[in-house]
Amino acid sequence: MTRDDESLRYAKLMQAVARDADKAAFAALFTHFAPRVKAFLIKSGATPAMAEDCVQDVMATVWRKARMFDPSRASVATWIFTIARNRRIDLLRRDRRPEPEELPWGPEPEPDQLDTLVMQQESERLGDALARLPEDQRALIERAYFGDLSHSQIAAATGLPLGTIKSRIRLALEKLRQHMT
Amino acid sequence: MIRHHLSDALLTGYSAGTLPEAFNLLVATHVSMCDECRVRLQAQDAVGGALLEDSAVMAMADGALAATLARIGDDAPETPAPRPASPGIFPAPLQDYVGGDSDAVAWRSVGGGVRQAILTQAPGSSARLLYIPPGTAVPDHGHHGTELTLVLQGAFHDETDHFGRGDVEIADEALEHTPVADTGSACICLAVTDAPLRFNGLIPRLLQPFLKI
Repeated sequence: MTRDDESLRYAKLMQAVARDADKAAFAALFTHFAPRVKAFLIKSGATPAMAEDCVQDVMATVWRKARMFDPSRASVATWIFTIARNRRIDLLRRDRRPEPEELPWGPEPEPDQLDTLVMQQESERLGDALARLPEDQRALIERAYFGDLSHSQIAAATGLPLGTIKSRIRLALEKLRQHMT
Repeated sequence: MIRHHLSDALLTGYSAGTLPEAFNLLVATHVSMCDECRVRLQAQDAVGGALLEDSAVMAMADGALAATLARIGDDAPETPAPRPASPGIFPAPLQDYVGGDSDAVAWRSVGGGVRQAILTQAPGSSARLLYIPPGTAVPDHGHHGTELTLVLQGAFHDETDHFGRGDVEIADEALEHTPVADTGSACICLAVTDAPLRFNGLIPRLLQPFLKI
């Protein structure tokens, strides 16, 4: 199986959770993502016991909020990252972090299959680009995301090609806006 | 049309969840008004997702899945509630701090017709709303750290450029500036700093303890 298929497979598992409350699909997502979220929390400074409890909480949120996941706008990994990040802020008593206004929801639009496919492929490409970065640059990104760098130190930390994924996200937002009006 | 956007560093810090509270508030407020920065923020989130996907794994304890399923119980995933756009000039994250829109702000006069309301103050950062009457200048000041100013109503200009609704001015230590509100309507801004401001005149300096900035 190629990596392209993998990202799409997780998106479909999420949709099975959202639509059918499919616990087998959830178990497959748990097996893949829970150990990654745990490693993320520990790298960010949580103790193993705190992390273990927090991962269960993150994954329970993944279940509860499954219908908020939009596979034409993000990969499952990205969506779970945002949930884990928010829990980490609570867990480590970091500064309060208000969220942007949600775009207003109409009746749930069924995400376009082609948009979903392309977004999942672009997410894989971003992962490939990350894997190909020189070690020092990757380390800088990790430090930014795991909480080791202040915003004044981040400056040009990323250096990743984000143009294509931005145009896909832009397209998805435009479609959402059209759907709302 | 928004011309002045958030920097990549701010969006990365917000995505990573490492900014001080006041900066988080300004980023969330601007992103609520600016689809371009919403796109850039989601791209930064995608970097976080790629890191998560590609990072090392740490095995969960035995029975973790069962324990998580027990937390979930028999509840099906929630149906998202439709959320209407917030009316008024303040986007939702700012309204949460104020307790309403611009008519709910507890303004205090700071002289010269300028009013302010402190929203949050911590050792690492502070956020306040500024009300500048038409054509009025805010005292000339420099910064020890970074000062971000987001326009919510009206417009202002300074030595660097012109800023209208939704625009963010990012001022670092090097910038000494005198923001002046456009004539026509009062300018309301959200201003955040990660260090106290440094006023140049004697009077503003004496006022600083009262301004609490």
